Amino acid sequence: MVYFIAKRLIQSVFVMLAVAFLAFSLFRFVGDPITQMTGVETSVADQERLREDLGLNDPFVYQFARFTGDMLQGDFGFSYRTRQPVAEMIATRIPATLELGIVALLISLFVGIPAGVYTALRPRGVATQAILMLTLVGVSIPTFVIGIMLIFFFGVQLGWLPTFGRGGTVHLGGWETSFLTVDGWRALILPAITLGVYQLTLTMRLVRAEMMEVMQSDYIRFATARGVPMGRLYFKHALANTMVPVITIIGLQFGGVIAFSIVTESVFQWPGMGLLFLESIRFVDIPVMGVYLVVIAFFFVLVNLIVDLLYVVIDPRLRIRDVS
Amino acid sequence: MLRVENLTVKFPSRFGDVTAVEDMVMSIDVGEIHGLVGESGAGKSTVGAAIIGLLQKPGYVADGDMMLGDTDLRRLDRFEAHALRGKRISMIFQDPQTSLNPLMRIEDQLIETILAHEDISVADARTRAVDLLDEMGIENAAARMQSYPHQFSGGMRQRVVIALALCTNPELIIADEPTTALDVAVQSQVLDLIRRLADVRKVGFMLITHDIGVIAQIADTVTVMRHGKMIENGPTAQVLGQPKEDYTKQLMAAVPPLDRKIARFKVPDEDGIITPSEARGNAAEAWLMRGIKEDPIGLTLDQVNVAFPGVRTSLWKKPDPYVALRDISFDVKPGTVVGIVGESGSGKSTLAKTLTGLIKPVSGTMTMGGAPLPGGRERARNHPSRQLIQMVFQDPFSSLNSRHRIGAILAEPLWLYGLETDKDARRKLCIDMLSLVGMPPEAIDKYPHQFSGGQRQRIAVARALLARPKVLICDEPTSALDVSIQAQLLNLLKGLQAAFGLTVVFISHNLSVVRQMADDVVVLRNGKIREVGASETVYTTPTADYTKRLLALTPVMPAAWRA
Repeated sequence: MVYFIAKRLIQSVFVMLAVAFLAFSLFRFVGDPITQMTGVETSVADQERLREDLGLNDPFVYQFARFTGDMLQGDFGFSYRTRQPVAEMIATRIPATLELGIVALLISLFVGIPAGVYTALRPRGVATQAILMLTLVGVSIPTFVIGIMLIFFFGVQLGWLPTFGRGGTVHLGGWETSFLTVDGWRALILPAITLGVYQLTLTMRLVRAEMMEVMQSDYIRFATARGVPMGRLYFKHALANTMVPVITIIGLQFGGVIAFSIVTESVFQWPGMGLLFLESIRFVDIPVMGVYLVVIAFFFVLVNLIVDLLYVVIDPRLRIRDVS
Repeated sequence: MLRVENLTVKFPSRFGDVTAVEDMVMSIDVGEIHGLVGESGAGKSTVGAAIIGLLQKPGYVADGDMMLGDTDLRRLDRFEAHALRGKRISMIFQDPQTSLNPLMRIEDQLIETILAHEDISVADARTRAVDLLDEMGIENAAARMQSYPHQFSGGMRQRVVIALALCTNPELIIADEPTTALDVAVQSQVLDLIRRLADVRKVGFMLITHDIGVIAQIADTVTVMRHGKMIENGPTAQVLGQPKEDYTKQLMAAVPPLDRKIARFKVPDEDGIITPSEARGNAAEAWLMRGIKEDPIGLTLDQVNVAFPGVRTSLWKKPDPYVALRDISFDVKPGTVVGIVGESGSGKSTLAKTLTGLIKPVSGTMTMGGAPLPGGRERARNHPSRQLIQMVFQDPFSSLNSRHRIGAILAEPLWLYGLETDKDARRKLCIDMLSLVGMPPEAIDKYPHQFSGGQRQRIAVARALLARPKVLICDEPTSALDVSIQAQLLNLLKGLQAAFGLTVVFISHNLSVVRQMADDVVVLRNGKIREVGASETVYTTPTADYTKRLLALTPVMPAAWRA
């Protein structure tokens, strides 16, 4: 067990180093940082002095080591655009994106898993066919179109829900949350649905496929032959076995949801990291882009680590093999 | 107690209903073990599934009566049927590896089943579960019950499965091939257990199996099935001892005896297998003869050890290697058949892989015809042994590439080893070879899935022969086949071996089959050789205790029953 976690952690360190290297290369080699920091009126001598001060003349390896070291200490550099510390900018944006991503994930799980189970147990039912068709439409339409359609119906036509921004938020320490006000929740619903639809479809289809396979397995047939009550059969025996492979995909997808919330955030003007990233691209704000890359990679690594641990929790075979 | 009359089961398909079982009649008394024998596709399992109400959809019971005591099984609604399952009828499946939920403790599975049928407290249910496991011969049951299924060995797992089937005191247990996946020693224990439960607890058993030895050993009555129909039934001694029907006689003749070697099996005709047309078969024979004009080649193994890296559990300690084969030394004399027997995990297949150069031994030497035979990757891709040693695998369903036509599969060794450069000549040779192994020429343009297991195994033999080998390694070539088809394949292998002086290493867990094939026998256990010797000597006067035990435990038919 300890060995397993240690191995994963070491792998994670290498992934993070690789991403940090990419971010660093972006910063160092896409254009000259000095020309981007300074205006036309800065003299060449001043530019050279700045270059020396910032250590840009040092050997490459040394610069990378310093870049990584600074990051580890929480020093992410300064934005070209706003002249603020990047760490601060990201920190104010992270809560918005995380809350959006988590709510989208929960929607996809709480709708996707029951729908998957239902469609697996009644493969020929009318409702099943309807759900399958609807979700097919769901994946086929691009996210931004879904977002715009939701805004049109619920925001503009019916006027039930706000169409942009986070609504009312409350500061909890350094964390700006929309979970504590009705307004915040109202503003959260549409973007979360938009972001969750794709993951919902995927979860549902995966659960359905796995569940149908598990229902054919010997242990389910044996449990049926012993007269285990149907409820337990479906939800204890079958569902647990279904979730083992499904969890991996959900985990990978959650990383994706956080990373690719860019589209949703821009449709709903959601002040999260995705929107920040888009703004940074427009202004070639390379330090912010680099840090965004590192932060997103960190989420991916973290989520996958959690998934690996969940695996061990669910499946006793992995646990025991390690002990013996 | 159980009475089945005129049972007919149909499966609707696009081309009308397919009748899987027709006019089946059988009855099982209290405490009776009723054997149901027949080859795959005979409808044995379908009868069992129909009785317990678990027919695979869209199959349905079209006609007939099924009475369990006073209960008409056909009149039950969905909920009544489910309540009856486990309570009055239960079931044991073939593979104990897959029939337990891997994510739940044994204890939870047992208690859940008991509580589903009886209104007792959890503590009482637990007490009963412990007693039951105890009765099944699981030591320290209270503690072992906390374990997950994968922590039990195959035999122990089957005991747990039987305990689960038994925990609600059902009147009837349908056992579908309950010992097929088990080693002989474990099989005999499980069979003893079943016999005891029938005698002491008066449970009726419906024992579905293709193994006539098992039926002969424990069944009171037997029904022989073929193509969904009942062929013959009655007391075991009468049906198997004095069979009235031709099919039963053929089936009995195809069972390899343990106590003697027979030259050739009498086999029933199999659909799609042709007797080799003289001209074509001869052409292939001549071609093979040209390749094997030199003398046959023998193999020797000297102190061969094979080990695999263990599972790493710590960052600091190097894991102990798992030793699969330890100090293996024996000779395979040129042109003879060496049988390798042993239970699962004894290293039989590892030995086959080592000989074919798929695994590298950690120490020891191998030679072929006197020349050293390097192991694993050290054996060059173009080393002559890669052609001269060919292999026939156990599972005919996965050993042929399902996306290639038979023609492409068979032609591969010909161009790979440069034996035949002309495309048309290759095709002709493949057709000839098919005919030599008893397959029609049309087979060449079909895909593997269009053939039955026995036919596929013939194709696999043809592929091996087309490399013009001198050594054939057969790893359980018949264990996936029915007895009559097994008998045909054994006939084929014997014929080919005699005609071409092939050296054969024949691996099997089935002692009777090995006896029919082998000149010499190697008995393996846990990676070590227990006994080596001439086949007749080992079978008649075994010296190692392990061999004696294996021979004693193998279920056999009384000699008097054999025609």
